[in-house]
Amino acid sequence: MIDILTEYDILGAFWKTIQLAFFSAIGSLVLGTILAVFRVSPVAVLRNIGASYVNITRNTPLTLILIFCSLALFGVLGYALAPRESPTYIVDNAFRWAVIGLSIYHAAFVCEALRSGVNTVPVGQAEAARAIGLTFGQSLSQVILPQAFRGAIAPLGSVLIALIKNTTVAAIISVPEAAALMRVIIENETGSLIVFFIFALGFVILTLPVGIGFTSLSRRLAVKR
Amino acid sequence: MAEPLVVMQDVNKHFGDLHVLQNINLTVGKGEVVVLIGPSGSGKSTLIRTINRLETIGSGTISIDGTVLPEEGKDLARLRSDVGMVFQSFNLFAHKTILENVTLGPIKVRKLKKADAQKRAMELLERVGVEHQSNKYPAQLSGGQQQRVAIARALAMDPKVMLFDEPTSALDPEMINEVLDVMVSLAKSGMTMIVVTHEMGFARKAANRVVFLSDGQIVEENTPEEFFTNPQSDRAKDFLGKILTH
Ligand SMILES: Nc1ncnc2c1ncn2[C@@H]1O[C@H](COP(=O)(O)OP(=O)(O)OP(=O)(O)O)[C@@H](O)[C@H]1O
Ligand SMILES: [Mg+2]
Repeated sequence: MIDILTEYDILGAFWKTIQLAFFSAIGSLVLGTILAVFRVSPVAVLRNIGASYVNITRNTPLTLILIFCSLALFGVLGYALAPRESPTYIVDNAFRWAVIGLSIYHAAFVCEALRSGVNTVPVGQAEAARAIGLTFGQSLSQVILPQAFRGAIAPLGSVLIALIKNTTVAAIISVPEAAALMRVIIENETGSLIVFFIFALGFVILTLPVGIGFTSLSRRLAVKR
Repeated sequence: MAEPLVVMQDVNKHFGDLHVLQNINLTVGKGEVVVLIGPSGSGKSTLIRTINRLETIGSGTISIDGTVLPEEGKDLARLRSDVGMVFQSFNLFAHKTILENVTLGPIKVRKLKKADAQKRAMELLERVGVEHQSNKYPAQLSGGQQQRVAIARALAMDPKVMLFDEPTSALDPEMINEVLDVMVSLAKSGMTMIVVTHEMGFARKAANRVVFLSDGQIVEENTPEEFFTNPQSDRAKDFLGKILTH
């Protein structure tokens, strides 16, 4: 037990998990917001692009998306995301592709969470915004989205929790995060049940505060009507 | 009549099979106050909302101060900024303070400096009597206060014309007068106003003309005094009979 803790860098692996979740959360938030704007835009083409993206991405297993990034985009087409002469080239490249894959996948869920948030904003708010002469973009950025984000905090929290757990899928494209290390330890050591519980606990420690934090945030920032 | 400000010519609109606006011809002169009255579902809201294109029209033209309403985009936004609108349900921006509600348009649309916009906003809030609430959020105000803020928000854009769609019908009775008083003084100050309301007191005190709408048609127009005491059409008589008996 003590051997396992000293011999393997479990904290280091969880740190990788946190980094993976952090950068993917930012990526999916940015991409998801753009998609949400597409989905509520008055331009039919943009709405269709947004809807297609969400439908395709949501219905594709994350594993496939990550393998596609790693195999097709990097393996076959050769898009590397780290300098090849760097000593940490392989790990960095895999990590960055994983961030991109996770962002692409979770952006669809962020988009839908935001759209549910947009639905909490009464139409009168948009009409009042237009009536004082705000353009479509200004109505969105000044009136609709700030309220939509507040209405979407709880579902966004759920997306973030799913994202944190889904970082474990990155192990299949060799990102040395927590789940990857767990597999190594279980293969090498006896007492695998304890190892399992250590890692399970690790994820609970990561996700539980996120859930609590987002719930209280959504209560505190809720728009009073 | 004074120089025409809002001109609607042969305006038609359908909602599916429903011919909600039928050949509407209406001219409102500068400084004129017009009250739009009619049974529920007659198209009053639809008519007033076409004037700043919150509703599109099927045929005909609407022009404001000589400019035909643009289709969409920046030109339409610019034109809307000249047309103030007050809604039945206030529609104050729920996530912004009272002061921010009033300064948003001047800052974002008129490109005023924040300090200037705030100074002007405070003057307007004082004019409608809610200057002490400027740092609160809409939900913290009474309906009457919210509606007065909504009027200040519209006035902050220095509109050429103000549209009101049943501004007092969502209010508790004791708050109706505080809003009507603001509207009467606005009318006296020379603002051009088009007001959907069943408040006859307001119509008598402030309106130059009452326009009676029924089933999507303008059936009768007259001075408030003439319209209320001596309606010409059967539909107007019928309608007034109903609202006067309770
Ligand atoms: N978006 C819409 N889609 C379909 N029908 C509509 C729509 N908006 C209004 N209508 C219909 O058009 C008619 C006129 O509606 P409008 O709201 O203009 O009436 P109104 O005179 O303002 O009535 P009220 O006094 O009840 O406010 C009604 O029959 C209404 O049901
Ligand atoms: Mg109406």
